[in-house]
Parts: sequence; structure tokens; C-alpha cells
Amino acid sequence: MGHPKKASKFVANSERMHWHDKALWFVRERRDLATHQLDEWEELRRVASEIKTHTMDRLDYYLEEFEKNATQKGLHIHWARDAKEHNEIVLNLLLTHGAKRVVKSKSMLTEECGLNPFLEKNGIEIVDTDLGERIVQLRKEAPSHIVLPAIHLKKEEVGKTFEEFLNTQKDNCDPTYLTREARKHLREKFLTADASITGVNFAIAQTGGVVVCTNEGNADLGASLPKLHIASMGIEKVIPRLEELSVFTRLLARSATGQPITTYTSHFHAPIEGGELHIVIVDNGRSDTLSNSDFKESLNCIRCGACLNTCPVYRRSGGHSYGYTIPGPIGSTLGASRDLQANRTLPFACTLCASCSNVCPSKIKLHNQLYRHRQNVVKAGLLGAKKRAILKVSSWVMKHPLLLDFVGLVVRKVVPILPRGIVYSKANIWGRGREVPKFPKKSFKELYKERKK
Amino acid sequence: MNELYPKASMATLKVLENLGLDVEYPMNQTCCGQPMANSGCYLEAKELAKRFLKIFKDYDYIVAPSGSCVAMVRVNYAQFLEGEEGFEHLKNNTYELVEFLHDVIKPTTMNVSFSYRVGIHNSCHGHRELGMASMSERNLPEFSKIKKILSLVDDIEFVTLRRNDECCGFGGIFSVTQEAVSVAMGTDRVNDHINAKAEVITGIDMSCLMHMQGIIDRQKLPIKTMHIAQILAGEL
Repeated sequence: MGHPKKASKFVANSERMHWHDKALWFVRERRDLATHQLDEWEELRRVASEIKTHTMDRLDYYLEEFEKNATQKGLHIHWARDAKEHNEIVLNLLLTHGAKRVVKSKSMLTEECGLNPFLEKNGIEIVDTDLGERIVQLRKEAPSHIVLPAIHLKKEEVGKTFEEFLNTQKDNCDPTYLTREARKHLREKFLTADASITGVNFAIAQTGGVVVCTNEGNADLGASLPKLHIASMGIEKVIPRLEELSVFTRLLARSATGQPITTYTSHFHAPIEGGELHIVIVDNGRSDTLSNSDFKESLNCIRCGACLNTCPVYRRSGGHSYGYTIPGPIGSTLGASRDLQANRTLPFACTLCASCSNVCPSKIKLHNQLYRHRQNVVKAGLLGAKKRAILKVSSWVMKHPLLLDFVGLVVRKVVPILPRGIVYSKANIWGRGREVPKFPKKSFKELYKERKK
Repeated sequence: MNELYPKASMATLKVLENLGLDVEYPMNQTCCGQPMANSGCYLEAKELAKRFLKIFKDYDYIVAPSGSCVAMVRVNYAQFLEGEEGFEHLKNNTYELVEFLHDVIKPTTMNVSFSYRVGIHNSCHGHRELGMASMSERNLPEFSKIKKILSLVDDIEFVTLRRNDECCGFGGIFSVTQEAVSVAMGTDRVNDHINAKAEVITGIDMSCLMHMQGIIDRQKLPIKTMHIAQILAGEL
């Protein structure tokens, strides 16, 4: 099922759709407020875009630099070509350390790789410790947003979920109460964990360390208690030097939630005492995207989620309608780059309104990417025969002005005298929720000619 | 515009002629190819782009009462026409009507009156591709070419929307392939104007207005749409 079908189901519940739209618009407004307080905001975006583009053009160099410096600091670096290799590396590390219980903080990369089900199949207990992630994990759902994974759920639904899995009081959906119960539940998981897995927001080539940004401190607790810490990162997460980090930390939280900075911005440059810190660097299709000049800019993404919050389609269709790990505009371009066949409806889940390109902190021209992906969908013959035929015929008519005038005349004369049941038949998709325009008696050309006489 | 909105087209002609310009409408023009390009049908779009260039390349200015068509020419034609003779001239001299008035003609009065409360719908392509007004996402000084030109109309009153530049959900092929989301977006957009007590929604793109008018007519909402050219031409 493509995006349109799933989206129309989401839209059908108007009350819920509007609730979802308003919740995300609220985040967008907070972002506007925060970004408008910085006079240098547009300058920061420009610099971020240049740093990222520079780094992507020399990615091999910076990754090796990172590996060299990290190794010197006693970190262990692993390279994974794809999701399968990533998962196997992680499993192997856990097995050799005898780790059975793992706590994980937010990482869209491990979602992308399907790490949780893989580890569970191999007898490992893996617990997501970000509150929103834990909620969707308990419900066996995927995150519907890259920063706000449970934004599709109302507090009553969270209450029910906790009732079922955490034995909370019946019908108590007070957010403070539920958060405290979640903390109790998670604390016990932290204290008994054998290993932790985190994502990586930034890897600094010059220092050989990684930086993880969270609001809940769950990554820090996970990385500080068990002896084994595994951090998974995509190859695009590297930045050249420590000096560049502040450009991104200033952009990231403001773009994501309107905060000046995330509550925790933790630098990991060494394992904890007596412990080990492993970094898994994952390609999983990224170098293919890097080699495509139309789409390589999408690797500049810092995963702030601003393009999701501003996207009028995302707000009204929900993250699950996209069917790709990362929803919204950035997910639509990454997904289409990754697997065009599977994600062929995503470049069209967009009105080309360009708001996403305007909020993007690293200035990815997201709507242009989706526009270009559409051409590839057509090139690959994935548009659908009916749509293709309609567009071919109309293009042909557009090359013959006299024929176009004739068709226009016939439509203008005939449609108004047809019974409503025929005009608004099933085939008229436009007419499901809208009236067709009232047809004028004369076209502009006719009026123009008459005037000239 | 030719088939469905002759009034808005005539109004465009009237506005330009009233300003003393020598206007010609090439009769063999059809479509700029935007619907094809936005659907990914680049081969068809390219043929129509070439056709457009041939028809319009010899005019001093090419003016269209449609922001999205102009965005197609200025932003997206390069992929099809880069290097072709006359393309640079075409690209640099194709204007949306209000933009043309604002940037080139700079009128100081329109000699018309429109005593209604008006909501401006900032059509996305004109807004974000052509830069017709400051965009809510960007941290840049506020301006609106549309409001500035409309302010030359006597007795006009503007309303303030909650979401100044939210998309109406038309989106060309999107309006059909994503019918449900499209109608939901359009309904929200119209309601923003109604809640702001607007009597008329105006804008520089007939397609957005057609979409919203379709929703207004179906839901029998107390508001109407009107192309900006009709206001500027003094039509009621």
C-alpha cells in the first residue's frame, strides 16, 4: 500500500488528523520563535551547508582521520557495508562480552538496520530507553517521527499501553504520573543492563570522539553504567573539527524543538573505566547516494525533524503513512534514493510547497530532490500506466493549439448539460470532495478575438 | 486560464493595458509543461518548454497571471533549455503579473476600489520560488509584493491569517493522486481565511483558487475566491 492510501485513512479521522497537525505546527512555531531570535540564523545555515558539503566531498579522508584518532584514544572502530553487517557486528560484540540485556538510546540508524528484531531473534533483550521510543517499542510500532517517535499517540493511549505492560493504575493518563512510572521501569533496566547501544549525532574527525544529543539523558546513563558501549553511526555523521560542532548544536535543537540546545550534549572520547567503547560506521547505501549529484545533498541531513514538522502533508498524513524508516520530506528523498521501486509514491507525497527546504538547517533543497525523484520514477516505468497515458495524451494535445481549443469548447458546452451523476461519477477523483469549476460560455481567446474586431 | 478563467485573463489584459503597455496574446500558446514536469514526465515537459521558448522568446517581457507557471520557466526550465538560444532572455524577463507591476512598472495608483476584507493566499511557487513575500520559515526582513500592490487599491482591507503561508494542498497532480490530503489541506486553508473574517480569498495562482473554490462550493462556505488581476482591474 502506497502513501496515498495510508494517508487517506489517516485523514478520514478528521479530529485526530487535526490534533496531529496542530501538535506539529506548535513545534514548528516554537522553532520559528527560537530561530528568529538569532540574527545570524541564515548565516549559520549557510555555514552548516558548506561544512557538510565540504565534508561529503572528502568523506573518505575524514572517516579515516576519525578512525585514526579514535583508535589512538582507545576506541574500537568497525566498518559495516550494510544493515546485515552492522547487525552481525553488534551481535558478535554482545556475544563475546556475554551481554544478554541491552539498553539502547535513540538511533534512527538501528531502526533502519532492523537491529531490534535481529537481536531479539538471537536471544538478546533490547530495551529502548528514550521515552517515546519505549512507548512505540511496547506497542510493537515503528517511530512515526525521527525526533518525536510517539507523536501519533494521545496520552490516553500511552496510559493504556503502560497499564498493559507496566501495571500502572487503571485509566490514569496523567503525563507526570506516566513519566515517573516509565522512569522507574527504565531505571531498573539501566541498572541490570550488560551493554548499551547509542546513536551518534556527530563524529569529530580531528578528536576521534563522538557526540550524542538527547533531552532525557538516557544515552548518558546507558553509556555510564554497563561496561560495553556500542555507538552506531552512518558514514555521513562525521564533521572535520571540534570548532564546527557548535554550528550544528546551535542549529539542531532550535530546528528540532525550538530549544537553544539539547538538554544533554555528551562527548564520548574514551571508554568508561574498565570498559570498552565500540563505534560501528555504517554505509548501507549511503555511498551510492553520495555518488549521485542530484541527491548527494540529502546526506547533509542532521536529523532535526524540522522538515517533518513543517510539511503540510506529513502533519496531515502521519509518519506511518510513509512506510519508510524516516518519514516526511527527508525520508521521502532518502527512501527513494535507497529503493525507488518500494518507495515510488513518496516523491509524490508532496505539493512542492518548498517549506521543507526553507526550514532545513543544512539547506538541503528537499523539494527539488523530490521533484527530480519523480523523473526517475517515470524513467523506471513506475508511475502507473493510467497516469502515464493521461499525461502523454494531454501533452500531445498541448502541442496542437487548435485541437486544444476544440477540446476546450466541447468540454465547456457539454459538461454543464450533463446530469450531475455523470459529471460526479466514480472516475472524477477531483469531484469527491470538490466541485468542478463553473464552465464559462466563452474562452479568453474568443473574448480576445471579439474585442479586436 | 484560457478555458476556465477568461474573466481573470481579461482582467490581466486590462490591468496591463491600463498602464499603457502594448500587450499581445500569442494565440498558439498552450501550456508551459508544469503539470508534466511535476509528474516526472520530463520528456513531455521538455517538448512543451521548447515550444514555449519558440513562441515567447522575442517579446521584451513575458507576463503571466500565474506564479507557478512563471516558477516553472524561471526555476525548472533550465534542466530542459540551458544553452538554447534566447533562453537567458526568456528566463530573466518572464514575470508573474504582480511581480511585474512591483519590480518593473512600479505604479503608484491603480484607480480602482475594492471595499472587501481580503485574505491573501500566498501560493507556494510564487511565494517560495519567486520570492513574492517574506517566508515564515526564514529569518529575513518582512515584505510582501502582493500586499504592496494590493494596497494601491482603494478601500481594501486585509485580514491576518493564523498560518500566513501554509500550502492549500492543490499541488497539481497531488490534487488527484492524494485527493484526501489535498481536500483536507484546502479545507483548513479556507477555514483559516473564514476565521480571520475574510470575505474574499485572493492570490496570484488560479489553480490554488480553483481548488479552494471547489471546496467552498461543495461545503457551501461563506467566502469566495478571486484572482488578484480581477481586483486590480476593478472588477466586482
